[in-house]
Amino acid sequence: MNFNPLHSPAVDQTGVHERVSKFRKRSIKKSSKVDALKLALSMIDLTTLEGADTPGKVRQMSYKAMHPHLAYPGLPSTAAVCVYPTLVKIATEALKGSGVKVAAVATAFPAGQSPLSVKLEDTRFAVSNGADEIDMVIARGEYHRGNYSRVYDEIAAIKEACGNARLKVILETGELGSLDHVRRASDIAMHAGADFIKTSTGKIFPAATFSVSLVMLEAIRDFYYDTGKMIGMKPAGGIREAKTAITYLVMVKETLGQAWLTNEWFRFGSSSLINDLLRQIVKQETGVYQSFDYFSID
Amino acid sequence: MSEDYRDKRLNVAPGTHVSVQKTYKLYIGGKFPRTESGRSFPVLDESGHLIANMCLGSEKDFRIAVEAARKAESGWAGQPAYTRGQILYRIAEMLEGRKYQFLDELQQTGATSEDAEHEVNASIDRLVYYAGWCDKYQQIFSTVNPVSSSHFNFSVTEPMGVVGAFAPEENGLIGLISVIAPVIGGGNAIVVLASESHPLSAISFAEVLNSSDVPGGVVNILTGRRTELIKHFSTHKDVNAMIYAGSDSADLKTIQENATENVKRVVFWKNTDWLVEDAQSPYFVMDLQEIKTTWHPIGGAFGDGSSY
Amino acid sequence: MDDNKRPAPSLQFKTDWEYSPAPQGTGFVKIKERYELFINGKWTKPRSGKYFPSINPSSEDQLTEIAEANADDVDRAVSAARNAYEKYWRRMSGKDRSKYLYRIARMLQERSRDFAVVESMDGGKPIRESRDVDIPLAASHFFYYAGWADKLEYAFPGRSVSSLGVVGQITPWNFPLLMAAWKLAPALATGNTVVLKPAETTSITSLMLAELIQEADLPPGVVNVVTGHGGTGTALVNHPDVNKIAFTGSTEVGKIIQRAIAGTGKKLTLELGGKAANIIFEDATIDQAVEGIINGIYFNQGHVCCAGSRLFVQESVFDKVIHKLKDRMETLIMGDPLDKNTDVGAINSLKQLRKIREYLEIGVKEGGELYHTSCSIPSKGYWVAPSLFLNVSQSSRIVQEEIFGPVLAVQTFRTVNEVIKKANNTPFGLSAGVWTDKGSKIFQLTNQLRAGVVWANTFNKFDPASPFGGYKESGIGREGGLHGLSAYLNYHKII
Repeated sequence: MNFNPLHSPAVDQTGVHERVSKFRKRSIKKSSKVDALKLALSMIDLTTLEGADTPGKVRQMSYKAMHPHLAYPGLPSTAAVCVYPTLVKIATEALKGSGVKVAAVATAFPAGQSPLSVKLEDTRFAVSNGADEIDMVIARGEYHRGNYSRVYDEIAAIKEACGNARLKVILETGELGSLDHVRRASDIAMHAGADFIKTSTGKIFPAATFSVSLVMLEAIRDFYYDTGKMIGMKPAGGIREAKTAITYLVMVKETLGQAWLTNEWFRFGSSSLINDLLRQIVKQETGVYQSFDYFSID
Repeated sequence: MSEDYRDKRLNVAPGTHVSVQKTYKLYIGGKFPRTESGRSFPVLDESGHLIANMCLGSEKDFRIAVEAARKAESGWAGQPAYTRGQILYRIAEMLEGRKYQFLDELQQTGATSEDAEHEVNASIDRLVYYAGWCDKYQQIFSTVNPVSSSHFNFSVTEPMGVVGAFAPEENGLIGLISVIAPVIGGGNAIVVLASESHPLSAISFAEVLNSSDVPGGVVNILTGRRTELIKHFSTHKDVNAMIYAGSDSADLKTIQENATENVKRVVFWKNTDWLVEDAQSPYFVMDLQEIKTTWHPIGGAFGDGSSY
Repeated sequence: MDDNKRPAPSLQFKTDWEYSPAPQGTGFVKIKERYELFINGKWTKPRSGKYFPSINPSSEDQLTEIAEANADDVDRAVSAARNAYEKYWRRMSGKDRSKYLYRIARMLQERSRDFAVVESMDGGKPIRESRDVDIPLAASHFFYYAGWADKLEYAFPGRSVSSLGVVGQITPWNFPLLMAAWKLAPALATGNTVVLKPAETTSITSLMLAELIQEADLPPGVVNVVTGHGGTGTALVNHPDVNKIAFTGSTEVGKIIQRAIAGTGKKLTLELGGKAANIIFEDATIDQAVEGIINGIYFNQGHVCCAGSRLFVQESVFDKVIHKLKDRMETLIMGDPLDKNTDVGAINSLKQLRKIREYLEIGVKEGGELYHTSCSIPSKGYWVAPSLFLNVSQSSRIVQEEIFGPVLAVQTFRTVNEVIKKANNTPFGLSAGVWTDKGSKIFQLTNQLRAGVVWANTFNKFDPASPFGGYKESGIGREGGLHGLSAYLNYHKII
């Protein structure tokens, strides 16, 4: 490692909560709301990560990713779909030519409790099947043992295995226990070669929270200050409401600014956010409150 | 002064011991300097006979005393409260040991032997009383405050710093001790002007202090004229608070007006009967305490949502 | 190892996605065309016959006109308060006083948005602050002290207590309603009656509070509000039948009051100026510390007596902290106080605007390096962009004197002892901030900083249960909490 994770700055939780509460109080109305909803829509990694996932399910979801709401033309597609490695091929075919990326959760997702050789094979399999992006999990057990170099080395090895695919590193913040550790794990991941850092697998509660995400955004900012290198951010898990998504955009705008307000550098990992965004967009444009019955659930 | 006493003193027949007269000086910074002004004022007994020439303390003596107090103040405040209590108790022990000197001096300036005995005993008891408060008033008057946000919040007492005082004019010993004890028991340093008419025991008490482990500069005792020093006590900007234990409303007004120089706290201890036990309480200590409130976040108390 | 010195790449906070205006509605708010004096439970015309305008500092529009109380009017108010004291309030049980205060607290909560909107219109502060800080805290002060009214015998061990009588209270323009609540709630809970004199630029919410008190059916004369300029305050301070003066405002005026009541036997509490040190150590939680700096100096446009106006940054993290601070400042939104997204509102008055500008000039003249945000300044109203000065030293006037505006003076330090000395090197002693992740250092600092309130790893926090007040020239006495009661009581030995 070319840096010392023990030098990661400490984080005061109460202070973070106070900052978050200011973001949450931003009042986003009128055209700024419509713009935010559409921007958020374009940032979704539309996700299905179930043991019961089938090609049929993935094809339907891919269609939704490309055409969020056919009754309402002119909407952006989502940024990507996110699936298990075995379904990458199906998704790639379904999305061909659409610009929607295929992301795969690799490295023995979600627990990551497999040998590195298995994780590497998992990654190579997904990439060779056409994955544009790999969402890996860090070895939390090694992390909690203080074996930071092992965590780092593993990320670096997976990064290498990714080739041209972009690497998102899932910290699984719900298992890290404190914001100090969220910060430290973020620093390890970025230094080891992550292109994105991501909060959660969605399999552990709590998943993405504003506080955790703010700490990660600040880590990204400090890394940029220090190296000039941009790192992306992906909160994932539990993000269901448009209002939540808008607060995330507020946080990105006021922490990192213009360059990150694009799906190249910011993503939402979610399966259900999309329809609430659509519902709100239609409401904004028609002035009428909407029902979920009018939006498809692929 | 009783006839007996005077006869004894005037009895200088051959073969008897001629007493060595005491020189009364100021007490500043743990030393006994003469006034820099070289001036004095006489203390007479009831029949007009000279007992002693006291130092007529000057503006400059006061200034030097304030400097000494300022130097001593933070170290004294930083002593463990338990240590301050022990030192106050030590003062009581030393006073007890030198009781007869004080009885003698009080009688020289007009007290009956019964009154003198009463005053010295009460003085010793007062020191013991405040010795006990040194490490307890904080617990009575400090608070933990239940604020609504995710913070731990507490308020503690803290000494004001350098305190100037005009000691009570009556009761030269217990009046002085009743002013000094709650002030230094609370961790302040003091510059006190002794009773003008009963100053003898003030300087003798300084000798007690000087042999009682009280760090130099914590207590500074001046003798002199109130009229001359009132302006300087009340205007000096490095004096944080001033105690007026007197009854002259014009003096009080002057002090309160001059105190605006540095928003000095003026503490008015009305002409009290300092001999009774009502003349002591932790509220005298608290009159020379500030309240300091500290806030600190509590981790993990209230999350956004359900977690960190 | 010189990473700290390398200029960091910059971030762009002007973005393609900007917030649309989000104005707080005002249609439901009623500001009268003219406000009279509130004396003895009634609205009465001033004997002076004079009225003065109250201006919205963000638009320079006149909001209303307000009666100017002269000495006669003050005298009427004091006699009403005396009469109410003897006739009703001192005789009322603590239990009943308590219920009146609870009633006020509840009614304030019910009408909170009215008060918030008017506070922002009249004083220029962002609606986010008046809505989330000023008004809820004002209500909670009444709530807190309401509960004390029938429990005073527990407050001071070994002593019984009694009320003082008629209290004259003079409040400042920076937190108009909140300061009125800080003063009224403990005074009323302890059984005193009050003549309140609000600041002339921001009287409206105090007058609305009088309306509320009228609706709450408090006995007439228990609370009286006399509006006006300095002369009104002088008449109140000098009135012979007033038993106590409580003042919040500048040290300069505080001293005049202290002198004026010398020898009168009136009791006094003063909440005066400040020049708080906000100290950032290299081991601080830097991002939260930057937030604390922002909150310390730009909260309420820096019109805060306890503002963290002197920033001390440990030299080893100076570049990093200043870089982050400047970036954070760029995200501050200045403008319409009634916009829900506004972070920094208007300067309270033209007079204060001139004073702040004068200090900005002084700072530059003394060699300070002035930095301010790039936010645009509205064409009407009184505005100062969030600013800071680098390259200043202890001897600079902008370091020594209270500016009472959004202007931060930044200095560096090397060691703990050095920064303690510098922090205490001021005639003021109201508040201080310290940022470090090391517990023992926090306790060393809180121990040795000569200030009445020390915020450790936080700043500008207030609560009715928390005593507030200064050392040295920052004032006398405490407001808030148990300690805030003693300012309004006499002690007696229990017989």
